[in-house]
Amino acid sequence: MINGAGATFPYPLYSKWFFEYEHAHAGVAFNYQSIGSGGGVRQLLDETVDFGASDSPMSDEQLKKAKSPVMHVPATMGAVVLSYQLPGLKSPLKLTGALLADIFMGKITKWNDPSLIALNPELTQESETHPDILVVHRSDGSGTTSIFSEFLSKSSPDWKAKVGKGTALRWPAGIGGKGNEGVTSFVKQIPGSMGYIELVFAKTLKLPVAWMENPKHQFIEPTPESVMRAAEGALSQIPEDFRYSLTLIDADGAYPISSFSYLLVYPEMKKDEKRAALFDFLRWGLTTGQSFSSKMNYAPLPDSLVKRILTRVGVP
Amino acid sequence: MNSREVKNKLFLVAVCGLAFIALLPLFSVLFYVVEHGYRALNWDFFTKLPAPVGEAGGGIGHAILGSIILIVMASLISIPLGLGMGILLSEYKQKRVARLLGATVELLSSIPSIVIGLFTYAIVVKPFKGFSAHAGAIALSIVMIPMIARTTEEMLKLVPHTVREAGLALGLPKWKVILRIVVQGSLSSLLVGIILAVARIAGETAPLLFTAFASSQWFQGLSRPIASIPVQIYTYAVSPYDDWHEKAWGGALVLILMVLGLNLMIRFFLMGKRKRGAS
Amino acid sequence: MSFDVEKNRGDVIFRRTLYVFAGIAFLLILGIFFFLFDLSLPAIKEVGLSSMLGREWNPPLKIFGILPFIYGTCASSILALTLATPISIAAALFLTELAHKKIGALFGFLVEMLAAIPSVVYGLWGLFVVIPWLRESVQPWLRNHFGFLPFFSGPIYGVSLMAAGLILAIMIVPTITAISKEVFYSVPTSLKEGVLALGSTRFEMIWIAVISSSRSGILGAMVLGLARALGETMAVAMVIGNAPEISLSLFSPEQTMASAIASEVAEASGVHLSALGVVGLMLLLISGFVFFMLRLILTSRGGRAH
Repeated sequence: MINGAGATFPYPLYSKWFFEYEHAHAGVAFNYQSIGSGGGVRQLLDETVDFGASDSPMSDEQLKKAKSPVMHVPATMGAVVLSYQLPGLKSPLKLTGALLADIFMGKITKWNDPSLIALNPELTQESETHPDILVVHRSDGSGTTSIFSEFLSKSSPDWKAKVGKGTALRWPAGIGGKGNEGVTSFVKQIPGSMGYIELVFAKTLKLPVAWMENPKHQFIEPTPESVMRAAEGALSQIPEDFRYSLTLIDADGAYPISSFSYLLVYPEMKKDEKRAALFDFLRWGLTTGQSFSSKMNYAPLPDSLVKRILTRVGVP
Repeated sequence: MNSREVKNKLFLVAVCGLAFIALLPLFSVLFYVVEHGYRALNWDFFTKLPAPVGEAGGGIGHAILGSIILIVMASLISIPLGLGMGILLSEYKQKRVARLLGATVELLSSIPSIVIGLFTYAIVVKPFKGFSAHAGAIALSIVMIPMIARTTEEMLKLVPHTVREAGLALGLPKWKVILRIVVQGSLSSLLVGIILAVARIAGETAPLLFTAFASSQWFQGLSRPIASIPVQIYTYAVSPYDDWHEKAWGGALVLILMVLGLNLMIRFFLMGKRKRGAS
Repeated sequence: MSFDVEKNRGDVIFRRTLYVFAGIAFLLILGIFFFLFDLSLPAIKEVGLSSMLGREWNPPLKIFGILPFIYGTCASSILALTLATPISIAAALFLTELAHKKIGALFGFLVEMLAAIPSVVYGLWGLFVVIPWLRESVQPWLRNHFGFLPFFSGPIYGVSLMAAGLILAIMIVPTITAISKEVFYSVPTSLKEGVLALGSTRFEMIWIAVISSSRSGILGAMVLGLARALGETMAVAMVIGNAPEISLSLFSPEQTMASAIASEVAEASGVHLSALGVVGLMLLLISGFVFFMLRLILTSRGGRAH
């Protein structure tokens, strides 16, 4: 029995991986608690689980607390998307990071704000029926918040100074939902609302998502492909330990709020059957596992990156 | 018409109007629950487990079973305790213990059920490290006990004193008079009180949220979390999935039928009893 | 009383057994206070009482100010009482003074059915029927016409203090009506007939004879309604928006003490859980206080306890 805990975002994909792997390899069973990136890191450091899962890489301070070196294995990629409810809008909403920061800071509160209408002329009419921008954020700590706030911090010095980044924040505006489900629930119910959720969620529930401006001044639709563009664009920058943020990658067609989701393991754990099985599973996930990604709306890792990771993980 | 008569008419109209406004929500709730709920009701709804998240189909059979289990367990705990307390309050009312108990029961009944859930969490879930059917049943029984105690007390007090005196005159010991004459003669009224308490907890959600918690499986043992209809309704209602919303309405319909059904049963039961002149 | 005799050992055993049951009740009530206090202690120690009385509640950041919940509870209860009391009194008057026997009986039955509907069903109905109505029709109208008042300003989410107050009002109407009904019934007919004999209209008779002499009874009914509102959890949790805010606006999403516990305990642990225990303890103390106030009011009406 291999125990893991952590991020909720990749849980559906990991679920599928566990199922398929267990089928092909008798004698191996997985137990994963989808309690959030924070919980996963905590349990990994407490050594109450064999592996952790986190949407954002561990910080240097967190790594210092580990009794044995931790390896970050990028397992899949995702995107944080802005979902909204503006029924009258026929084309997708276009936003920039700076505008988004202003909205979430409560500086822009109406859909008919000139800077929004400049990018989205349809809002002139739509804002008559739904004038207020009703912001929805997360009330619980989450990796999604971490990625989103990092993006906002990079896009707006004001946001960076006043709110900053982290898994939980002191939100200047809006209401909080519990988990991706809670935010999605609000956005679905409340016309004029906008909240940030994982791409997988928006796709499964067929919610409209905003096209975000990237460093090349292109407005990019969040899809597994545009996330892959971000990863590919960042390949040369990704360091040895694979801890790297994929937000605002300067590449053609790259979605600016992309991220890796990591599996966290101790490579120096006792070299027994469990370790062998765990690392075999990791190799399986990096290769066979990736084929399940796109069907489930996750972004598969670029091949060259997989090769790099395998040289690190490949040591049996 | 002079101004006093105008005032009079206006007042009467206002009172009738406001009074009927009180009933509007009832009609609205019943209408929507029936209208949205019946669509969700099918064989699968009552017999199957939930489908994977976001997919249509499946049912809340596990929650229906769970509710039944919780109600039965809670009743097993609360009925004897509630009856006993009610008897003490009615038949020994001159004793100091009884008066203290009376105040205690009233205080207990004024405690919000969510606080009772929190208490149960502290004494069952935390020490035993997990949510369980036991915890849920205990929380529900604490809600039921004061209710049953009070209705029992009221019903027993209605028994004319002559009955007791007759029993004593026949040479019966007090405890036999109480059990075999007073209580036994009031069984149907006592049952009414019990049914009222059951109807009340059938719809209780708050204390179960962190005692029985929830489950997506059939019954897995009394020490494991267990699903229940009210918690399922809540979970489904606040979720983003339309299919789950529909099932929430279906669950509400089931609950309403149960609860209103029990209440109507009591009404006709009572009416029947009154007409026949029995206790 | 002649029933206070004990003939044999059977009687003593029986009585002692019943005393055990009473003991269980005493243990229960003491236990509830004790264990809730015990649950709250870690938070009180770690976070400190003064900072727990703060205005901000943000558990992931270990900030546990419970003032927003106290505000939400008070505001929603007051709103509910304001809406429910006139309607309940009207309903009780209708039942006792105005309606014919059969209509009155039917009406009374229907009001009782209002009380039988479970809270979670009210929440469901509130979420999918009342809130869209508020959000699309009522609240925009209020904001357009009275938006200069702080109560009707701010963004309209639908989930709001107003929604919670409205649903709570509906839920406490049966309570206030039932007590008021008893109170009105107990007004002596001679008083009513006397006033009528002096040539008053129905309205004047009701006002002078019934309502004026029932003031403390009505107060008692309202306090009982308040007690009911304080403990109401699910319906509120589903329509209030679960936002730990303090805002004068009725459109603002809020959170009450009960709804905070309901939405957060299952996933809480450590200090967060303990802080919720503090909220529960506060709720317990407040409802205990209301209970004693009620006893005071009822006994001051001439020993009519119950």
